[in-house]
Amino acid sequence: MAFNLRSIHLPHRKNTAEIAAVKMDAPKAVTLPTSMHIGAPATVVVKVGDHVDVGTLVAEQNGVISSPVYASVSGTVKKIEPMGISNGSVAPAVTIESDGEMTYDPSIAPPSVNDRASFIEAVKKSGIVGLGGAGFPTYVKLDVDTERVEELIINAAECEPYITSDTRAMLEYAEDIELALEAFEKYLGVKKIIFGIENNKKEPIRKMQEIAAKHDAVSVKVLPSKYPQGGEKVMIYHVTGKVVPGGKLPIDVGCIVINCSTVAAIGKYLRTGIPLVDRLVTVDGSAVKNPMNVIVPLGTSLEDVFEFTGGFKETPGKVLYGGPMMGIAVPSLSLPIIKNNNAILAFNEKDSTPIKVTNCIRCGSCTNLCPFGLNPAAIADAYRLGDVDKLKKLRVDLCMECGTCAYRCPANRPIIQTHKLAKAALRDAKAREEAKRNG
Amino acid sequence: MDNMLHISAAPHIHSSHSTRRVMLDVIISLLPAAIAGAIIFGARALLVIGVCVGTAVLSEFLFNVIVKKEQSVDDFSAVVTGLLIALNLPANIPVWQAIVGSVFAIVVVKCFFGGIGKNIVNPAITARVFMLIAFTQMGTAAFPVDAVSSATPLSAGAASTSLLDLFLGNHGGAIGETCTLALIIGGVYLIARRVITWHLPVAFIGTVFLFTLVLVDFNAATALAYTLSGGLFIGAIFMATDYVTSPATWGGQILFGLLAGVITVMIRMFGNYPEGVSFAILLMNILTPYIDIWTSRKIIGGDRK
Repeated sequence: MAFNLRSIHLPHRKNTAEIAAVKMDAPKAVTLPTSMHIGAPATVVVKVGDHVDVGTLVAEQNGVISSPVYASVSGTVKKIEPMGISNGSVAPAVTIESDGEMTYDPSIAPPSVNDRASFIEAVKKSGIVGLGGAGFPTYVKLDVDTERVEELIINAAECEPYITSDTRAMLEYAEDIELALEAFEKYLGVKKIIFGIENNKKEPIRKMQEIAAKHDAVSVKVLPSKYPQGGEKVMIYHVTGKVVPGGKLPIDVGCIVINCSTVAAIGKYLRTGIPLVDRLVTVDGSAVKNPMNVIVPLGTSLEDVFEFTGGFKETPGKVLYGGPMMGIAVPSLSLPIIKNNNAILAFNEKDSTPIKVTNCIRCGSCTNLCPFGLNPAAIADAYRLGDVDKLKKLRVDLCMECGTCAYRCPANRPIIQTHKLAKAALRDAKAREEAKRNG
Repeated sequence: MDNMLHISAAPHIHSSHSTRRVMLDVIISLLPAAIAGAIIFGARALLVIGVCVGTAVLSEFLFNVIVKKEQSVDDFSAVVTGLLIALNLPANIPVWQAIVGSVFAIVVVKCFFGGIGKNIVNPAITARVFMLIAFTQMGTAAFPVDAVSSATPLSAGAASTSLLDLFLGNHGGAIGETCTLALIIGGVYLIARRVITWHLPVAFIGTVFLFTLVLVDFNAATALAYTLSGGLFIGAIFMATDYVTSPATWGGQILFGLLAGVITVMIRMFGNYPEGVSFAILLMNILTPYIDIWTSRKIIGGDRK
């Protein structure tokens, strides 16, 4: 590998890295969307009035790319209603009123895993999806021909400011991570497992190096703390030197990338049989009184989580699912924590006020900083002119929307919005072409 | 409280970079040259600077008012243009000519094309060329930038002034172009602040030196004298690097610098004008969109299978 991809320094603001995560009490109620993952929404299998325990199946796997949903509190199913969620889709959501007991479902037992098929099945049953933010069902990633896997990369870059849930997971769930790695070796036949960790995480690096010392297949690659180090293709390039061609998957170059919190969740499931019913969430931001990591039952409202941490010191002006670079601004605090929420951040009014957008001054910083060498200024021109062929040539489809360009744009141009629209225009044009071809 | 939450697309944080900050940095970087100009050419240099900056800002302000556009003078780009025009003029220029040049730069070159970011050529450079051509025959102040009342080294044939004087600016010329030392200090500041990179100025100045060296039979002192004379440093560091009218990538900037250097020397040695920097930059401004296409970055993962 000749050069590192272009990247930028961001303020780290890892205020919560040193503070042990706190387990939240049972909330009064949880709302579990059936679509907390990429793929088809799960199918609800409970009825209003049913009693459920922690770990009781409430919605089952629906098709190949999907993931089951389990009750995160014990109590009674109160309603099943459609709900809009963070990715923009609408799917049924199951609201459970908690009885405050947090009783576990009596059927919970560690899965019996003895070969590849039963391991994949276990991961499928666990309801685990990419916990780093993507929410892609993990079992689908793992279910590939063993011969194709050259490297399994554990993404522990955690390159977004504020977020420390991966950091805490590595420190607090190291045994579970090790258990999962052993399973990857044993059942999937993975020969090479590489941690990619940014160098601002001294303790996690040390902890993972301890694991690596015990396993020949496992190694730790310490990476510069530069954004967007944790981008999947960026991670693959910096760890292996391989370039994932546009439109291809990591597995096409022999790689599987899994977030470290996801790995910890797999280990926990193998050990206990408790499916994914809670997760570590970083609570931080300028409006938050006591930044900390909280172990939150899935489906808990943001309001309840913020309240548990001690509430706000200032009225929040903007609240995010995820980090400040790629996170989603939420319209309401009544929304639930879902599987891929690694952080919720609340910013005060000052930090939430939009900055003025001015004319592009052609400084070139967007293209010079793009990890993939795209040219956002040219893409914006082509989009404005409706030039789909040009957009295709400029490969806007490769944009991972990391926001590096927009972060540094002196004119504060809405670059990521434009790229999203340009991608949609490309998809539309493709659909029209296909429709024409099919008569 | 829910309906009070801001909704916007990511990213939700922004660096401290802004157009205004960039312009402020350019203004700061030009102060050494302005001060040197005031010392060398006296108080009238300050008058010219004041007139050009004032006219430039007022022109943009009034243009925006007249065409009912959102006010944009608060980005300070008009201040930069006015300052650059002034530094490119001789201290004894008639005030009305300075005003006409500044109005031309802002209204015709910048605002007519849509304001900051939309102009295809650099306003200050274009104004300099415009004035060079328009006012040559005026006879008032013997305008030509490089032929002020006291002959400049280029029109008098380089090497008539000592290299040290050329470096410090003790010779005829425009207010801000003579003191190479002050211009280099400003350039280092801009590079340190990451407003510009070294690529374009180094390629431009280096090409002029090397090409001249070849043409003067490898007489290094003469080549150096040519390099330090005229508007090369102010042009290469402050005017060619204008974001809007120079290439985006480093490769493109080097190409721009190389070609601008060659054109400069060709005009200086073989043309009718003693000075070619302005024409070279203007020509390269026009080529910039093409250079941007030729030198766009390789897209990683973009190979079509």
